[in-house]
Amino acid sequence: MTTAAERAATIFRRPAPEKGIWSWITTVDHKRIGVMYGYSAFIFFIIGGLEALLLRIHLSQAESNFLTAAEYNGLFTTHGVTMVFLVIMPMGAAFMNYLLPLMIGARDVAFPRLNALSYWIFLFGGLFLYSGILFSGMAAPIGVEGVSGNLDPSDITRLGALPDGGWFFYQPNASRDFSPGTAVDFAALGLQILGIASLISAVNFIVTIFNLRAKGMRLLRMPVFIWMSLVVAFLLLFSLPIIAIALFMVTFDRQFGTLFFDATGGGDPILWQHLFWLFGHPEVYILILPAMGIVSEILPVFSRKPLFGYAAVVFAGAGIGFLGFGVWAHHMFASGITPAAQAGFGIATMTIAVPTGVKIFNWLGTMWLGRIRLAPPMLFAIGFLAMFTIGGLSGVTHSIVPSDWQQTDTYYIVGHFHYVLFGGAIFGIFGGLYYWFPKFAGRMLNERLGKIHFWLWFIGFNMTFAPMHWLGFQGMIRRTWRYHPSLEFWNQIVSIGAFIIALGLVVFIFNWVRSRRHGPIAGMDPWDARTLEWSIPNPTPVHNFSTVPTVHGLDEFWHRKYGEDDEGRPVRKDDADSYVARLGEEGNDPAVPIHLPNPTYFPFLMAAGLPLIGYGIIFHTSAVGKALIAIGVLLSLSALMGWATEPLEEGHHGPVEAH
Amino acid sequence: MVRSRSGRLLALAAAALFLGACSVIGIPDSPLNALDPKGPFARRIDDLFWPVFWVAVVVFVLVEGGFLLAAVLFRDRPGRKEPRQIHGNTRLEIIWTVIPIVILASIAVPTFKGVFELTECGQNSYPVEVIGHQWWFEYRYPEAGVQTANVMVIPAGREVCASMTSDDVIHNFWVPALNGKRYLVPGQTTLLRLQADEPGLYQGQCAEFCGLSHALMKAQVRAVTEDEFQTWLTAQLEPALQPVEGSPAAEGLTVFQNRCTQCHTATPFSSVGLENFYGPNLTHFMDRGVIAGAYKDYSRENLAAWLANPPGEKPGSYMPDLKLTQQEIDALIAFLETLQ
Repeated sequence: MTTAAERAATIFRRPAPEKGIWSWITTVDHKRIGVMYGYSAFIFFIIGGLEALLLRIHLSQAESNFLTAAEYNGLFTTHGVTMVFLVIMPMGAAFMNYLLPLMIGARDVAFPRLNALSYWIFLFGGLFLYSGILFSGMAAPIGVEGVSGNLDPSDITRLGALPDGGWFFYQPNASRDFSPGTAVDFAALGLQILGIASLISAVNFIVTIFNLRAKGMRLLRMPVFIWMSLVVAFLLLFSLPIIAIALFMVTFDRQFGTLFFDATGGGDPILWQHLFWLFGHPEVYILILPAMGIVSEILPVFSRKPLFGYAAVVFAGAGIGFLGFGVWAHHMFASGITPAAQAGFGIATMTIAVPTGVKIFNWLGTMWLGRIRLAPPMLFAIGFLAMFTIGGLSGVTHSIVPSDWQQTDTYYIVGHFHYVLFGGAIFGIFGGLYYWFPKFAGRMLNERLGKIHFWLWFIGFNMTFAPMHWLGFQGMIRRTWRYHPSLEFWNQIVSIGAFIIALGLVVFIFNWVRSRRHGPIAGMDPWDARTLEWSIPNPTPVHNFSTVPTVHGLDEFWHRKYGEDDEGRPVRKDDADSYVARLGEEGNDPAVPIHLPNPTYFPFLMAAGLPLIGYGIIFHTSAVGKALIAIGVLLSLSALMGWATEPLEEGHHGPVEAH
Repeated sequence: MVRSRSGRLLALAAAALFLGACSVIGIPDSPLNALDPKGPFARRIDDLFWPVFWVAVVVFVLVEGGFLLAAVLFRDRPGRKEPRQIHGNTRLEIIWTVIPIVILASIAVPTFKGVFELTECGQNSYPVEVIGHQWWFEYRYPEAGVQTANVMVIPAGREVCASMTSDDVIHNFWVPALNGKRYLVPGQTTLLRLQADEPGLYQGQCAEFCGLSHALMKAQVRAVTEDEFQTWLTAQLEPALQPVEGSPAAEGLTVFQNRCTQCHTATPFSSVGLENFYGPNLTHFMDRGVIAGAYKDYSRENLAAWLANPPGEKPGSYMPDLKLTQQEIDALIAFLETLQ
């Protein structure tokens, strides 16, 4: 009950809807935010996938005119930007949001409203980035101003208005002189906005992991997924400021004529590469580590064995995080940096193979002598292992610096990083979707469709990306709109593979939509799992834990269910079934009232100001642009004020408390 | 159960077939095949690559075999006992940490040597300057005072030290048969050692994304004997011949002087200096055998198509569509063919 005095302290009342669109817009529940992250990222995944299919249709012929050069360059740029920033990163965020509190025994993250802010900034950032296609000129960004390059009129299309600098936006190609128009500005400011979202959630997750763990959950009792999330959060915290500054420099160069990267004005185009990759390489681990965490959760459950060498896997993950900051220049071996620098970065790159190898061997050790159930989550986890290993091995060949001079900027690299980011990160993420679907939906996905999906992807993936290594050796460069006719055969195989992947995704979507309504009820603990999130009912009740558990060791939930015999084999405890059943009853019906953070409008409103500022900066020379900056700043600031003065109204879940 | 197992076998067979086919059967080599070195530097790189490749193959077989074996051997079947709860094995973990370290250390040593030896040009190397433009390569021979484009002529069997820079954006000069890639960076100079064992034509390509027609920015290196090289240098310094009066070529010269000389030079017909141009020096146009940034071989048809609509042939081209009539194009071709 709100008293009159409390209500007087604020302009707005706290929203209270529990259903409908407003309940989603105002929610601060980490689970709902995680779900929104997941669905948004999935929609971007479909968009990025369609972009890839267009590219592959075009590349199925050496001299194809399916796409114009401008469209092709735009599509490979947005495909990369989308998959990295709008798919894999937010997918990782979706899992972290949903699972992090559940796995450490908490009721929410440390800062629920900040969490909502992260999501809305992410969504608005992504929409802002893509909105550039509506507002940028139809001609592809070309030419030096005044000496402009020329386009055939038939090459001027709406799709050509996409930013076309490549996801790395190398300077000065992406500068005002060589990419006039606003396409690149939308990308640069869009990435800037997205970076804010990730930075906020990084801080939020770090605080959550350090402060909100259930009693007894020491750091080395945390599930590996939590460990990997922690490493990722630190990587974000330290690497995002670098790209933020670099993107500001680009925006200033483009909008206000500063000369940070313009060699004719004393700037240095290579400096951009250093800054970009100093962020960009840790970014690679930001993308892969959550998937490694997911796989480290799935393998023990489906092998019915604890993770082999838990501590080694954890420290290897942290080690990869540290080393990830010291290898950025291996993206620049051809840039003319000194031999000493090349050798040094080559060695650092080799070093990363050691902790990565430790992880792979430990995962193998987890499966070895186990009792392996090849359900879809496990299939995807094994797919991750198999294909990430290939990506790791081709990665080692890049550390042979002179050899990299031949490989860099060819399809060999495209093959390599898709093995890591698709065969690795995406397979891991989909393993996680199959594994935790019951947690989120309370129902099971169809196992047979899941297996069909896996095999379509496994075959399609290898058809798509294995031949790319060969194409690279044959001199097929990256970002090429045309290629030599002798390479047509393998390019067609690649294109067919891409469509098989698309077919697999259709199977998955069908399975998801159908199982969401009609799948068999999951009940408690459908996988006989090991970690705390399975000790509460499916779908997760809004308050997570009715009673916050006390943790006595790694894999707490497992050890409540199982003892060990003389040979060290697990024996289900007599009272395990009744224990789990009791957890199910209690979980949905807490004995004491639990109060949860209240919904709020302000994160949404504050985030909504940022794209307005972005539009304003891009069109700052016009009156509308200046007005948009003012409106955006005002909106964000007043939302911040509202946020700060929002009353701490007590909302309750569970039995109504008497006043 | 049976269905999924046969599916698995099928998939494995398909995957193995593709991986195998990639390396074993092979496809016709592209002109940019990076596994076919034709000079000492590219060969040095090749020698560094293959041992690592075979090590990687061994590791691949062992690790992937391990996963496959685990999935098959330890698959849950009726009657399988619960597994022992093994938490780790320190000795094993130390072994599989140390072995990669040893392998990598043994790879690191030759890599170190290779990087240093391949980066700095030799003392007696022949200097050539490479300048990147959107979307063509310019070559200068400072010792001889020659300036040309699209085809770099070098003496076979002798090291050429390419010192490279860019006039606009970052480009990347790559002739895979002769060496790896090196950026051309505006405001900086980078070095690349090139050497061909035998006379011949070696194909190259700009490898760094450099704008709309990046894909069409090609390079060629023509290695010739030392004698031929000297002859070529001398010939390059000669001015072009005056076309015979009244011939189609003379008519073409008029078109050239009216329409082309703001950007192109063709000594002695153009007032645009060697430092003040937008397009390649055409004085010895026919010597190259390629047109339009080396992305097409020379033929009258190709040249006519190019002159008729450059941006249509090469998107973003700085050479505009001059709306030349067919007659002007024919005349221009007649003239250009005199530029030997």
